[in-house]
Amino acid sequence: MTEPFLKPKRKNPLARTTQPLLPPQARSRKAHGLTLAAATGRFMLQCCGECGRYTYPAREACPNCLSSDLPFREAPTGGLLLSETRIEVTSDPYFREHMPWRTGLVQLDCGPIAVVHLHGDCGGLGSRLKLSLQLDRAGQAVFFAKPVSETPHMEDDPQWCEMTADPKHRRVLITDGRSPLALPLAQALGKAGAAKIFVGVTDRWKPFDQQASLEAIEGVEFLDLDLTSERSVQELSMDIGAKVEILINTADHVRPAHLFDVGAANIAREAMDHTVMGLMRLAQAFGPVMRSRGADGAAGAVAWVNVLSVHGLSNAPQSGVHSAAHAACLSLSQWLRTELRPGGIRVINAFAGPLDTEWFQTVPPPKVVPRALADAVLDGLKCGLEDIYVGDVAKDIEARLFDNPKAVEREAGQ
Amino acid sequence: MVVSRARQSYDGVVLAVPVTVPYQRYSIETAHWWMGKALRALAEGAGISHRDFDGFSVASFTMGPDAAIALTQHFGLSPRWLDHLPMGGAAGIASIRRAARAVQAGDADIVACVAADTNQVDTFRKTLANFSRFAQDASYPYGAGGPNASFALIARHYMDRYGATREDFGKLCVAQRDNALKNLDALMKKPLTLEQYMSARPIAEPFHLFDCVMPCAGAEAFLVMREETAVSLGLPFVRLLSAIERHNAFAEDPVQVRGGWVVDCDELYGMAGSAPDDMDFVQTYDDYAVISMMQFEDLGFCAKGEGPDFVRQHTFTIDGSFPHNTSGGQLSVGQAGAAGGHLGITEAMRQLLGTAQGRQVGDAKLGLVSGFGMINYDRGLASAAAILARA
Repeated sequence: MTEPFLKPKRKNPLARTTQPLLPPQARSRKAHGLTLAAATGRFMLQCCGECGRYTYPAREACPNCLSSDLPFREAPTGGLLLSETRIEVTSDPYFREHMPWRTGLVQLDCGPIAVVHLHGDCGGLGSRLKLSLQLDRAGQAVFFAKPVSETPHMEDDPQWCEMTADPKHRRVLITDGRSPLALPLAQALGKAGAAKIFVGVTDRWKPFDQQASLEAIEGVEFLDLDLTSERSVQELSMDIGAKVEILINTADHVRPAHLFDVGAANIAREAMDHTVMGLMRLAQAFGPVMRSRGADGAAGAVAWVNVLSVHGLSNAPQSGVHSAAHAACLSLSQWLRTELRPGGIRVINAFAGPLDTEWFQTVPPPKVVPRALADAVLDGLKCGLEDIYVGDVAKDIEARLFDNPKAVEREAGQ
Repeated sequence: MVVSRARQSYDGVVLAVPVTVPYQRYSIETAHWWMGKALRALAEGAGISHRDFDGFSVASFTMGPDAAIALTQHFGLSPRWLDHLPMGGAAGIASIRRAARAVQAGDADIVACVAADTNQVDTFRKTLANFSRFAQDASYPYGAGGPNASFALIARHYMDRYGATREDFGKLCVAQRDNALKNLDALMKKPLTLEQYMSARPIAEPFHLFDCVMPCAGAEAFLVMREETAVSLGLPFVRLLSAIERHNAFAEDPVQVRGGWVVDCDELYGMAGSAPDDMDFVQTYDDYAVISMMQFEDLGFCAKGEGPDFVRQHTFTIDGSFPHNTSGGQLSVGQAGAAGGHLGITEAMRQLLGTAQGRQVGDAKLGLVSGFGMINYDRGLASAAAILARA
């Protein structure tokens, strides 16, 4: 039975902030096949291309037939608990702060034996479990086992909370209140129990469509934020930087331009200023303080979400400037991910196809409804994902890039 | 299928000069310092120069970045036969097996088998964090409990399946502490009661404090040679009757309930011309009592699953019905890294040489030593055993 995670007490301002630590990070290169799966919420293990047997831990040759053809393939997520322990003593500083820690030995339905993190509600030996691959605080893939059916407050299990970025009792900053995403995000965050929803707005004297609906949500607070101004971003950070546990960057700037248009470079520069440089200003202002608060209580800083265009992964000529700007954002986001890792802060990229909004008016369907994107971001936070692909276009491009990136490039714009 | 030919006997192979460099809980020295002490004690014990060791076999977790070859220069050795055995608790018996064949074939005359490890303040954590690729990928990131957590999973399952209780494990631990009180070199100096064992703080369920060995610094060593060499040097010796090793046996068992001893047990006794009942004492590899229990089963002292009953029927003290880990074992002497697998060998040699002083088993003629090592991922991979006899 999981203890519900109640709203944490106000922090004693005189108390020292616990410094973030990370679980053991060393992995073989092959083991990152699991990282790839965990990042997108898949469950994959190595499966021999010759004899068809699954194998684990990650190997370079199949122990059954010695084939080196060992791709990671989807696997059934069920397993049987063979043994368990509750670790009370460890020499590792990260785990030392999280003792006791439950682990188990599980026979996976696909064959191999795995040592797993065990949810507190898992039954005794011989019980059936549902496995997933999660990214721990170090960003490394680990097996996590839960009971097959839901239990009360299951999401509040302290070990599970180390694998996720649940908004419950956390304070969130949405960077661009004028984005069509702001309203559905704020609604979903409110429903998920966020303690506070800061919403950054440029030129607050200018009214915008969703203003009233946003204001009506409990916990929402509007704040001045202009991502094109370093001073504005810094000032906001000085004001609320130490109160942001989840930052969701919704900034975007969609203006069509052809590569050969006179003045296209100016349009690109402006787009870059809003998106890439905006992200950089945010990173400079909010990155260090969030990184330092990665272990600041049970509801400490935990995640940074960038909403990106899937065309950042491969250029789409019909929105070439937008693609280029988001490609730069992706690169910057990967950098940010590395810089925030010492704090255990998860950087999530949500890749979406064109949104069903005015700036994508001329783009044919399927398009992504802002609510669907917001729900996907919330799901990513609660499940601890790292890369989220939202909508049919994004999923299509993800699958095709995995298969053959050159084909995506050649077929673009056709 | 290749047909194995019958193994040649170890006739004429002897072990001499058991050396223990008294352990320390923590040491500011490196593994090399401990090896140097052991080599000097071997040379003094044999009455020859260490330069006369023409074979050198070493086991250590903490000698990095050196390999065995670097150690020859470090210690001024010039061997014509050199071996490094990174097999943890099986390294001792494996080193005997290899050295025995070397001296039989004349590739070497005197092989110094040395195991040494230091234990500086952060050594243990670093060893765990870098133990093996599978451990790094698939066990250490899960709570970083080290061998305690890994063997807890094996022990929990064993208890569940065969009805072993904490009291059964405790009985072995308490008996070993009793033996250790007669061993001046044991790090544990205080008596242990079953009540203390049962009420100790938990480490990784079902293990509590006294289920776990204490990592420490230390060295164990001995010489392997032909009988004629020992006689010419005027050294007392013990005979090697048989020895087995097996690695990664029963990989298909979901959880480890047996070791590779099962595969080769008949050969072990066959080569020695003896039976389990003939043993005057047994030195098991006791990183945990459950592993000793597994060895009682797998080495033929009782059937699989009867380990708990076997423990209930015997006393394991030096003067008891089944003298076991007469030095106090790793549980009470300390676990000096790779030297843990050599502890039982030097102790068995002393028992058979009649030099075990206050812990001498009366009229000990035949003894069994076993080794076990390397929890690479979810189970110990290496198992080994040897039968030694009074000359």
